[in-house]
Amino acid sequence: MKKILISNGHIIDPANKIDQTGSVYIADGKILSVNEQVSDFTADLTIDATDNIVCPGFIDLSARLRDPGQSYKGTILSETAAAASAGITSLCLPPDTSPVIDTQAVTELIADKSEKANYPQVFPIGALTHKLAGAELSSMAALKHAGCIAVSNATAPLSSLLVLRRAMEYASSHDLLVMYHPDIPSLSNNGCAHEGAFATRYGLPSIPEASESIAVAQCLELAELTGCRLHFSQISCKRSAIKIQQAKKYGLKVTADVAIHQLHLTEDDIEPFNSSFHVLPPFRTKKDKQSLRESLANGTIDIICSDHQPHDLDAKLGAFPETEPGISSLETLLPLALRLVEDNAITLYQGIAALTQNPANTLAIESGALTLGFAADICIFDPNLSWTVNQDSWKSEGRNTPFWGQTLKGRVTHTLQAGKIIYTL
Amino acid sequence: MKNLQLNTEGKLKHFLSVDGLSKEILTEILDTAESFSSMSEKQVKKVPLLRGKTIVNLFFENSTRTRTTFELAATRLSADVLSINIATSATSKGESLLDTIRNLEAMHVDMFVVRHAISGAGHFIAQNTAPHISVINAGDGQHAHPTQAMLDMFTIRQYKHDFDQLKVAIIGDILHSRVARSQIQALNTLGTKEVRVIAPKTLLPSHVESLGVTAFNCIEEGLADVDVIIMLRLQKERMTSALLPSEREYFKCFGLTEERLKLAKANAIVMHPGPINRGVEIESSIADGPQSVILQQVSNGIIVRMAIMSLTLQNNGEA
Repeated sequence: MKKILISNGHIIDPANKIDQTGSVYIADGKILSVNEQVSDFTADLTIDATDNIVCPGFIDLSARLRDPGQSYKGTILSETAAAASAGITSLCLPPDTSPVIDTQAVTELIADKSEKANYPQVFPIGALTHKLAGAELSSMAALKHAGCIAVSNATAPLSSLLVLRRAMEYASSHDLLVMYHPDIPSLSNNGCAHEGAFATRYGLPSIPEASESIAVAQCLELAELTGCRLHFSQISCKRSAIKIQQAKKYGLKVTADVAIHQLHLTEDDIEPFNSSFHVLPPFRTKKDKQSLRESLANGTIDIICSDHQPHDLDAKLGAFPETEPGISSLETLLPLALRLVEDNAITLYQGIAALTQNPANTLAIESGALTLGFAADICIFDPNLSWTVNQDSWKSEGRNTPFWGQTLKGRVTHTLQAGKIIYTL
Repeated sequence: MKNLQLNTEGKLKHFLSVDGLSKEILTEILDTAESFSSMSEKQVKKVPLLRGKTIVNLFFENSTRTRTTFELAATRLSADVLSINIATSATSKGESLLDTIRNLEAMHVDMFVVRHAISGAGHFIAQNTAPHISVINAGDGQHAHPTQAMLDMFTIRQYKHDFDQLKVAIIGDILHSRVARSQIQALNTLGTKEVRVIAPKTLLPSHVESLGVTAFNCIEEGLADVDVIIMLRLQKERMTSALLPSEREYFKCFGLTEERLKLAKANAIVMHPGPINRGVEIESSIADGPQSVILQQVSNGIIVRMAIMSLTLQNNGEA
């Protein structure tokens, strides 16, 4: 296999506490050396990374690929290609595909398709309950065996707290991570916007913060009761962050992520009735955005994810409440993370940790680091390269993003997965 | 952001919401309506302003009063009118709503008057229809009912003149009311001294003060010294969705009675967008009493809608 030298880049690898200019040596798809010269190393390929950042490939904890089942919105092929162009080398696929990821067969189908696509590694997340119906436990042991990295009920409701308790206990018995989407459906009540000034002004069915924070509080109690490894997916408000912070202080094994767009947009930014802004959880207030940014900086929130949800045109063509929620967000992940650095909300080092080391720790996988012997999953990006979000630059099938037409700074130049170049600009 | 409702010269070409429109535009509507006001007494109740124009009333939600006044308004402007009632269930998807619009567009119509159960439906249609077609929002979800608000403003102006001297109270289900949202925006744009809303917390939107109103949970406090009282209709389904215990308790706490009416200014007027629930939100004797202007609102509905239809079509290319 090829020997690759990535030379003269600014290497940032939080897992190994590296933040300096140097070279990365790759052989047989693995990290051979970082910074230390290797004797007798003749590179088959040298990538000059001058002025660029070299870091572990990003790990995205939530990316819908719409495959199997909704190939008119996106496919494993199209969306993993988009992910590769965004510097992502591993991603987790939530179980709400069609059919649901609740059997070995579906898990294997996904593994098979993503292997053929030859792009980032796809980790299926198994369903927490049978058919995601919220009533009966899924065959978690079989799912784990087939390759599911965690279990989750995605955004589907659970019929009772008892089911959640049992599911957490059972997952914990098989040492499976539970990823939980905090939401009390009877409180979010089919809303489509944050319960605030925007929803009041435009007469939209609204979702209070409490529908999320109550679910966080309940699930934290159950995490203590069951000893389950718990991860909160896509936190959107200050009240949730406060509860997670308290739980962490108390010593509970819990992690949390935030969707990148929640760190940038609020209800004040929504263009009236523009369905590109229809997302769940909804864009909250400035105060919430500020709190989410602080939580990321102080470690309450560990991870930034894309929460990628590509849609076809028809899904977003309608009156706002009738359209399908979600943003196509793989490709804006890095530039928006860099904007947080520009805004002095976090450091570049923290941002990269939130995209690499931290998700790897939550998933308990040997990835997200340039550790010697690890698979060479690497992202090289130019933090100053500007590009415009338009049909020429965009790869995802879903063009549903509120950032369409905007010029963003920061672009991936190379993505390597296990030492293989899966994307070059 | 560009206001979807205005043409390149900043004039009204769609009427979707009062939100974002200037005092000048609202005043122009009221003045134009006034110029039509002598018409209803004439033998021939027609002007040829919209002769040869085709107006389609697209009602995805049932309504008798609003549809009828739109029909009459269009007829008095000499336009051809077609009214279509479409069961909501058949067009619950945006896709098919769009198909309905496209089909009618192909028949070379000039205006859509749309009522729809979903907030934002009017905006969606205006964004997706041919540029020569004007769209009038006849009520969308809980968002806006701007023609109702304007006829209410017209009625207030008839009786009270200067908005900047007025205290106006809106009583009832503000949360679910598109009428209230549009009234509040219109009242504030026209410079009303004080706009109050009166309701139990279950019927008030969470951030109601952000609309520029003072909220009261007690009707006696809210009615004190007001010039205009606007009652809203209470829908029966509010009792089944745990928002209110019973009609009786509602009337007891928030119904407009003779007794409570005395708390307002002696010459206060009482309004209601209709249809009224006698004995639920308002005592019968008030609805039929000397301070009630409820039927005047209905008459004004025709001329105000004539004004809005003629202005928007004139501003959207040649009329």
